[in-house]
Amino acid sequence: MHDIPAPAAQHHTPPQGFIRKHIFSVDHKVIGKQYYGLALVAVFTGMGLSWLMRFHLVWPNKAIYGLQWLSKIGAPGGVITPEYYLSLMTMHGTLMVFFVLTNAPFAAFGNYFLPIQIGAEDMAFPRFNMMSFWITFLAFVVLISAFFVPGGPPISGWTSYAPLSAVGPDSGPGEGLGQTLWAVSIAIFCVASLLGALNFIATTLDLRAKGMTLMRMPLSTWAWFITSCIALLAFAVLLPATLLLILDRVAGTSFFIPSNLMVGDRLQPHSGGSPLLWQHLFWFFGHPEVYIAILPSMGIISHILITSMRRPLLSHKAIIYSMLSIAFLSYMVWGHHMFVSGMNPFSSLMFSFPTLLITIPSTILTLIWLGSLYGSKLHITSATLFALGFVSMFVSGGVTGFFLAQPSIDIYLHATYFVVGHFHMVMGVASLFGVFAGTYFWFPKMTGRMMSETLGKLHFWLTFVGTYCIFMPFHYLGLAGNVRRYSTFVNDFMGPLMPVHKFITIAALLTGASQFIFLYNLIHSRFRGKPAPQNPWNATSLEWTMPSPPPWDNFGGKHPVVYHDPYQYGVEGSTGDYVMQDSPEQIKSVRDEKTLT
Amino acid sequence: MAAPTSGEKRGTMGKLFAVIVVLIAIASAVPILMHKWVPPADISTHGPTIDEQMSDTMAEAGLSFLAAQFLLAFFVWKFSGVPATAKIRTFPGGATAMVAAAVILVGTEVLALGILGQRAWATVYFTAPAANAVQVQTQAGQFAFYFRYPGPDGKFGPLHPDKIDEGNQNFFGLDPDNDPDSKDDIVTAELAIPVNREVHLLMHAKDVNHSFYVRELRIQQDFVPGLDLSLHFTANKTGRYEILCTQLCGLGHYNMKGYLTVLSQEDFDTWLKQKASEQ
Repeated sequence: MHDIPAPAAQHHTPPQGFIRKHIFSVDHKVIGKQYYGLALVAVFTGMGLSWLMRFHLVWPNKAIYGLQWLSKIGAPGGVITPEYYLSLMTMHGTLMVFFVLTNAPFAAFGNYFLPIQIGAEDMAFPRFNMMSFWITFLAFVVLISAFFVPGGPPISGWTSYAPLSAVGPDSGPGEGLGQTLWAVSIAIFCVASLLGALNFIATTLDLRAKGMTLMRMPLSTWAWFITSCIALLAFAVLLPATLLLILDRVAGTSFFIPSNLMVGDRLQPHSGGSPLLWQHLFWFFGHPEVYIAILPSMGIISHILITSMRRPLLSHKAIIYSMLSIAFLSYMVWGHHMFVSGMNPFSSLMFSFPTLLITIPSTILTLIWLGSLYGSKLHITSATLFALGFVSMFVSGGVTGFFLAQPSIDIYLHATYFVVGHFHMVMGVASLFGVFAGTYFWFPKMTGRMMSETLGKLHFWLTFVGTYCIFMPFHYLGLAGNVRRYSTFVNDFMGPLMPVHKFITIAALLTGASQFIFLYNLIHSRFRGKPAPQNPWNATSLEWTMPSPPPWDNFGGKHPVVYHDPYQYGVEGSTGDYVMQDSPEQIKSVRDEKTLT
Repeated sequence: MAAPTSGEKRGTMGKLFAVIVVLIAIASAVPILMHKWVPPADISTHGPTIDEQMSDTMAEAGLSFLAAQFLLAFFVWKFSGVPATAKIRTFPGGATAMVAAAVILVGTEVLALGILGQRAWATVYFTAPAANAVQVQTQAGQFAFYFRYPGPDGKFGPLHPDKIDEGNQNFFGLDPDNDPDSKDDIVTAELAIPVNREVHLLMHAKDVNHSFYVRELRIQQDFVPGLDLSLHFTANKTGRYEILCTQLCGLGHYNMKGYLTVLSQEDFDTWLKQKASEQ
């Protein structure tokens, strides 16, 4: 590993004109904000879809006024049909996993802050970067178009198992053009993600400023870097998988379809394929994908907690090595999604061991976050609350992994609401808390204005309590055997569980409504927020050395020089309780790896 | 940065966070401790091992959950609103203690669960079905389960998907005119089995992935088109139990269910004779 003495010359000239400045911009900061905006649209759409789903589950025959205009066939008279429920569910999952959880913590904040935190003028490949965003945007448009084509969106879930997703319209409504558009959209998304991952990796390795060794990178940067390594390998597998699926659907191939299938009264003209092959390919991507969703938020909340606690974490290296272990192990566990899939049961047992093992680095992270709180000087802002809330939510969602990691217990819990509760808490909510924390923390830097702390705290309390009210009961439902992906509950044993579902639906509607407080705060503060100082949180990393908002070339044409580790808080003998990374102030810190003379 | 408000000095937000986290942790644990929503009573010979495993896991997961949330709450309570002049202190043992605790505590727990958990899995999957197990085939198709018994010849006739004709109740696509083994096959819409006898369930998918789930039996296994899968188990309690499809199979997935009836050997023989006469 070498430090390039001067960052590889970027030297793009300042953008001219509205289009170059705000639309087709090569500036990583603009691209970061574009990803954030796209994620915002996706998350409110996905949330709206979940409202429709929750409403239908407890009031299956009630009309939802206006829905018939979105789909006359899917919701005649505003009443959701069983197939439309599955379409809504498929689009909810797809939007949330791809366009929210991969976009917001990783593409949005990573694009904005990774170059800055390492002292670079921009990403290594600014034009690829611009393409990444616009290709993602294209993927989004293609996905959403599925709502408006005959047959509507696919009904096979975000997991899109073959042969249901592969044989075409014979297997059900939505399995015509809608499913093909889904597969095309995901393929396009993969291309964008691969370009983005390459960019992040090249930038991190080659464009660090003088003195910015890898160990001096903030934890948020480490998280983005590790995530981009995972993403490169994971999306590289999903892309061909979706292409094979498209070929099965339109070119008569049989990668995933065996012979002699009687679907929809038609003997399918395919033979030789394997449905399990789709599952292996999908989950080989799908498991690392959930770590792609969570790792950036781990980095972000670590970064924020440190600033709030006024002390570094107990061990910088332990966090990094734990994140690296998680990344490595994430490639060994995909079969735990397939314990009862019909795969060789010996494989199931083999997959359960690394699945259980991955608990160890996750626990190391959690104990270090907790242990670092001890003896700290915790100063609480909205960002801090969401960072602390992340730890609580990650623990809650994580412990249910103990159950699901064991194949024998998965026999009972697989495909129940227990699983749905697990992944919503540990991935969905936790990751979003990281995004919220990052927003409250970095908004002043990105816009030059402060968000309302009062509204931020209100948003936190409603969301924290609200998401627990929604997702904790999912586990109880699962223990009772409540099966997932059912559009209506007609089983004998479901009667006594309906009050739980009603409670969840009301919690979901209320918690969802609270998110508009955040949206209001975001928009109102953008234009009317109090002007923000350069370093409102007295933080140490390089983003706080520049004006708020930063100029187009970040460091004003200068090359920053880094003298210190990223989290010099509470250092003996320093003036003030923190030392910024680029401060030439000589301090006695045992964590400094080398000082520049 | 603005001077801290009096609330910030006292750490009001932190203390509120601590209280709420404790309340949430306790509220989450209460339904579990009260056994409010639990799996139904198990009716299989392998079920108790699974249930024991579940209990052990619940204890360990539950304790970890409570300990972590209480620790989070305690530290946030204690260390927010601390005066700016206070010294930063390090948790005794520092990072080494944390890593050691994670590796030792969690490592042991994980090994225990993983190794012990093998037993329950092995009894379901790593033993061959008994030679005198009752043979039944089930076919899952959008959106119903059908069942087939081999009849007195003990052999299942071949399946011809192109001959499937629901209108004529030929759900499996049998051709008894040309396949002698099919002549005595018994096709039913309900699964009946004798109590305390091993059942060997052969699983055939007609169209897409489905799954066979009976909560009380502690059995769940996907049907995979193109694969010959099977399960074996022994039910040890008579009664009527729901079979649910748990692998998303299309618009009727929510309504794809059947019934498993566990009968005494005598009643089962009567039932089977009855069904044979209805073929």
